[in-house]
Amino acid sequence: MAKRLQAVNLCYSPVLRDINLTLAPGELVALIGPNGAGKSTLLRALTGYLPPDNGHCLLDDKPLSAWTPQALSRQRAVMRQQSQLGFDWPVEDVIIMGRAPWEQGNSRNVVEQVMAVTGCAPLSGRKYNALSGGEQQRVQLARALAQLWVVDAPQGWLFLDEPTSALDLYHQQHLLRLLKTLTQTGNLHVCAVLHDLNLAALWADRLILLHEGEIVAQGSAQQVLQADTLSRWYGADVHIGQHPGSQTPQVFLAP
Amino acid sequence: MMPWVARSLWSLLALLTLLTLCATTFGALKLPLDILWHGDSTLRQIWFTIRLPRVLLALTIGGSLALAGCVMQGLFRNPLADPGLLGISSGAALAVAMWVVLPFSLPLVLMLYAPMLAAFLGSLAVTMVIFVLSQRNDNSLSRLLLVGIAINALCGAAVGVLSWLSNDAQLRQLSLWGMGSLGQAQWSTLLATASLMLPTVFIIWRLAKPLNLLQLGDEEAHYLGVNVRQIQRRLLLCSALLVAAAVAVSGVIGFIGLVVPHLLRMWLGADHRAVIPGSVLVGAILLLVADTVARTLVAPAEMPVGLLTSLLGAPWFLWMIFRRGGQHG
Repeated sequence: MAKRLQAVNLCYSPVLRDINLTLAPGELVALIGPNGAGKSTLLRALTGYLPPDNGHCLLDDKPLSAWTPQALSRQRAVMRQQSQLGFDWPVEDVIIMGRAPWEQGNSRNVVEQVMAVTGCAPLSGRKYNALSGGEQQRVQLARALAQLWVVDAPQGWLFLDEPTSALDLYHQQHLLRLLKTLTQTGNLHVCAVLHDLNLAALWADRLILLHEGEIVAQGSAQQVLQADTLSRWYGADVHIGQHPGSQTPQVFLAP
Repeated sequence: MMPWVARSLWSLLALLTLLTLCATTFGALKLPLDILWHGDSTLRQIWFTIRLPRVLLALTIGGSLALAGCVMQGLFRNPLADPGLLGISSGAALAVAMWVVLPFSLPLVLMLYAPMLAAFLGSLAVTMVIFVLSQRNDNSLSRLLLVGIAINALCGAAVGVLSWLSNDAQLRQLSLWGMGSLGQAQWSTLLATASLMLPTVFIIWRLAKPLNLLQLGDEEAHYLGVNVRQIQRRLLLCSALLVAAAVAVSGVIGFIGLVVPHLLRMWLGADHRAVIPGSVLVGAILLLVADTVARTLVAPAEMPVGLLTSLLGAPWFLWMIFRRGGQHG
């Protein structure tokens, strides 16, 4: 298993400028930033989908472009915001597609396990296109986890683009708790674009604030979520409070 | 593949074999199968040199068209993509018409494949145009179909100009062929078509799994380790080749590529490992039946089978549009 994913002076003009970043297993990172800051583009560069104009993206000191597509797909999985499927597939068939990079032997077994941990078990037997947006997101998460599943847990890098956008309160919490637990085993890195700063504050180990394609702040929630930082980069008028049940800061919009 | 899906495919194959044998007996002249054992040699000769290649050609062309439709629908992620509707068949037809009317010549070896080569260039050109357009932005269906309408109109007009330029013999050849007919069936055309079709079908069958992954979206397929551009290019080439082989021999036979894969998906599900062989089999069966009807209905004359498939297929197309209602626009 690979040990670290590194961006070195990564540029993708005109969206990203000189990004330096190290993502290691065992960590849950939240990418935050105003609209158009380049979060999704950074995600695509880190996953190897967009080849950088300048600089490198290195997985174990080897550029992503030097990895074979199959070897890379065993190391990192991506879940995008909304996925429309061509034609009508049963939920299990969508999830099993995540096993494409692997030998097919124990696919069914893996599908059962990921469906259980992502709460997709009740969706068994349904058609993907007939599901609600939130249910589809859960199925896509299950597919992404299936792609990284080794023995009894996921390993590697999991990238998520606004994974909570269509989820209700319960499923937001369920998803982030799950991601947190999975990263704590030490074999999985999760890098998620999150719009909701309060979710990021509660669950992310590190927040990375992007503005116009540059990293302008990063660190723990306490370090990044400060009123002057946020009003400077977001242009919004905010108050910072504290979560009633934990030490983490929470962001409130000023009325 | 689920056991019941495999069983369905095997029973389709059995049905196909049975229908093929039956179809060889029907026609302007009834040729019961027992002439093969004890009949006079003229009848056997007719069965072998006229009837059999005709029936086998119907299978080949039907299978090719249905599979081409299946692949295009998979690539465009759209159940209404069809070589006829998107203008790919008419691109091929235009190229063949140019070959018939304009004074080209080629070395003798290539003459057998010349119409196919022309058709291939035509279908490939149109496929590329359509694919580039579909990649450019929203991949909206109405846009694709509008482009198809425009290409159909353009190619139709160009074929019109060519017919106007042509002499009497060429004109007759063009108009008969343009209605879509299997009347040209000979062992030589059959072999030329089959030698293109069989390897192509095999290549497409090998790409069934990545084609499934493409249904998740280009980007998702990339993340799963699929070389998206390469797979798309190969599948486009293959489907253009299938359309070309079919059009060069039989003219434009519409709607097989639309109807068959759609039926198969309703029956066997969306998995291309089942839909690809299923489309070949059902396409073959459908065109075999249509062609047999076309040559027995008004015997001893025969009607162009392309007219028949369009008469059946066009209402089906309307029904699909109504059924999909407001899903696109």
